[in-house]
Formats: sequence, structure tokens, C-alpha cells
Amino acid sequence: MTPRFAPGVRLHHDRARARWIVLAPERMFVPDDTALAILRLVDGVRDVDAIVDDLAQQYAAPRDVIATDVRAMVEDLVARGALTG
Amino acid sequence: MKPPLALLAELTHRCPLRCPYCSNPVALTRGSAELTTQEWARVFDEAAAIGCLQVHLSGGEPTARRDIVEIVGAAHAAGLYTNLITAGVLLDAALLGRLKAAGLDHVQLSVQDADPAGAERIGGMKGAQERKESAARFVREAGLPLTLNAVVHRQNLSSLPRLVDIALAWGAARLEVAHVQYYGWALRNRDALLPTRAQLDEATRVVIAAREALRGRLVIDYVVPDYHAARPKACMGGWGSAFLAVSPSGNVLPCHAAESIDGLVFPNVRDTSLRAAWEDSAAFNRFRGTDWMPAPCRGCAHAERDWGGCRCQAFALTGDAAATDPACALSPHHGLLAEAIAEAGATTFRYREFG
Repeated sequence: MTPRFAPGVRLHHDRARARWIVLAPERMFVPDDTALAILRLVDGVRDVDAIVDDLAQQYAAPRDVIATDVRAMVEDLVARGALTG
Repeated sequence: MKPPLALLAELTHRCPLRCPYCSNPVALTRGSAELTTQEWARVFDEAAAIGCLQVHLSGGEPTARRDIVEIVGAAHAAGLYTNLITAGVLLDAALLGRLKAAGLDHVQLSVQDADPAGAERIGGMKGAQERKESAARFVREAGLPLTLNAVVHRQNLSSLPRLVDIALAWGAARLEVAHVQYYGWALRNRDALLPTRAQLDEATRVVIAAREALRGRLVIDYVVPDYHAARPKACMGGWGSAFLAVSPSGNVLPCHAAESIDGLVFPNVRDTSLRAAWEDSAAFNRFRGTDWMPAPCRGCAHAERDWGGCRCQAFALTGDAAATDPACALSPHHGLLAEAIAEAGATTFRYREFG
């Protein structure tokens, strides 16, 4: 599965509040650290496995632990309408 | 003081429709007094600089402005998420393409009723429904996300299940079911628009059932009418808390209806920065926070939840903008709402028009 942002959804750097925020049709939400780490790698090219590889390297963490977290988070972001698979 | 999150840019009061619940002021601003393209561009830059993330480009009908593409481009260049709030009757495929290329993020399209005859009677424009359906198709074909906005009231609530069907048929990902709020034009037409309790309960049932049945296909937002409530709405999340509006002639407002309150002087972008308007103006500070509150709001456990309700509604119904919103059961004027509901039942509208 290759996640991409749903139509009208994007990650935006909120300079006034020094944070990242997901902007969507008539709503917005602040992603937690895990969601943000994933969303910053969503480019419509990387599939979930590539995102897991990237994060496992970035955090020097066991790949299977990262994979479980990433899959759960991607599923949640799809359910919330931020990503499509 | 927190920075604002969203800007409502009321680009014009001109509109081909004449909806009797229009949220524009009763005294409409003429085209000759509207801000220029360059003035709007400056407003967007200043809004982004003080913390706004989203801009709602509204009106009147925003596409009635010949510079709408340049305006969208300026808002996008400022870094704002751009939302076009439109009746859709002036849109064609070419304009949608240009708006998307300029950076438009999302379209909210209004619909007045499910069947063309009802919709065109309420909106006061012949042929509107067919054009709206085409507009929805252009939005979809441009690859932009679409929200359908259905304002509901006594004379179209029986169509609510069919409005849900239209949202699906027209390719909307979101449907906003918004009960009329009673200021300005809607207050003038209150007797024709206020729903009965039974209508409200049925509408709520329809929305809950549709949300369940359409999970994953259609998100439904629901704005409830406060005339049947015991607690007031947290209007704008609090006066001067998260939201600001700029009128067609440049007045900076804590909400789009704020000019209905007598005695407040609003700053104008032609002679004040948006930051000064937000932080320092008397109008924005008048009802900010809780210090201004009289009893029964003062010291109430709900004071920082509902912020005393709506200032415009308090003024419209009691003549005192600092009074507790009569939608609150603790207001000594709460009985006014039940009286209004009992008196409702008119069938004819007074349509919106330039005075």
C-alpha cells in the first residue's frame, strides 16, 4: 500500500505556533509525534514498507516494532480521512 | 492572547441568489465600496503573519468578483489553506481550472433544497439547481474536494434525506447540514424559517442514521439550531478567540454578523493593520475572555465553555450585547425563544435585496 494525502489535505508548518498541522477541508488537527514522523514521509511514492525502513533507520529501532506502529497509524489516518491508500 | 486560526474573507455582498436567511448584514455593501485585489492580497499576507491557517473566501457570491482567480492566488501565495464558499451558479469548467491552478484547496457548494422547484423558490433564482449540479461536476473533474452545504429550516427539513442523496450523487465527501441561525435577514424571516421541535428531532434522527449508514463515504457535520436549546452555542469559540472576518469594505469583525450590534466601532484594513485590529482594537477586546460578563454568566461553570453564547443574538433579542444569550436556560430572557417558536408558521419570505 502506498499512502497519499486525501484530496484537500496537506501537512503545513504553522510558524506562528512553531508546530506542524494537518489542514483539511474546513478542519485541521495537530498530529502527535508518531503521526508526524509518518506524514512527513508520505509522498505518494514511498509505500508502507519504505516508510517503515526509513523510520527504522531514523530511530535505530527494531523494524518489526516500527512496522506495527506505522501500520496502525496509517490505518487510523485513513479512517480519519487524512490519507488514502 | 492567542493568534487567530481562520479568516473569513467576505469578498462581496453581490450574489445572484436572494436567500431569505442570508448571513450578510441587512444593510448590504455596494460593489463600488469593495476592497481591491491588492488590498485583499495585503489582508491575506497580514492574516498569515499573525497566525491564520485557513481562509474562507465567501460573500455574497465570491465568484461575482472578476478578480477571483487573482484573489485565490494571493491567498495561496500567503500560505493560507483556501476554501471557496460558493452558490456555484457562476462557475464553469474553465474558471474551476483556473482557480485550481491558482492554488484553491477546497470548494463548499450551497444547496437550498433537494428538488429544483423548492430550491429555486428559496434561493430566489430560476435555473439555479441545474447550474449547481454542473458546478459540482466541474469541481469533481478538477480533482478538488467538495463539501455540500445545506442550510435547513421549517420549509425544507422534510427534504433532508434527499439532500443526503444529492450529496452522494454530486460526489461530495462532506455534507454540512446547518440549521439557520437567526440574525439579519434570517431574523426578519424567522416566522417562516423556525422549525418545530418535531422537525428538529426528526432531522437529528436522519443525520445520526445517515452518518452510521455512510461511514467512510460521507462525513456529515451538523449545526444545531439554538432556539430549541437549553445551553447556548460557544459562538466563534469565544469573541476574538480564534476567528476574524473582513467585510467587503474592509471592516475587521470578530464574527460576520458583528456589525448588527449598535455602538461598536470596527477597525478597517484601509487604516489599521490586521494585527492591531486583533490585539488592540476596542471592538475585539470588548467581549474577549470573561471579564466583561455580567450575571448569570459571571462565575458560571460554563463561562469558559460557551463564552456566554452569541453577542449578536443577545443584542438582537434583548437590545443588550453584553447580556447572556437568551438561548441559555439561565437567561431571564430565555422565554423569548419559546414565544418565537409558538408564533412561527409564516409561509412567505422577505427576500434579500440591496436597500
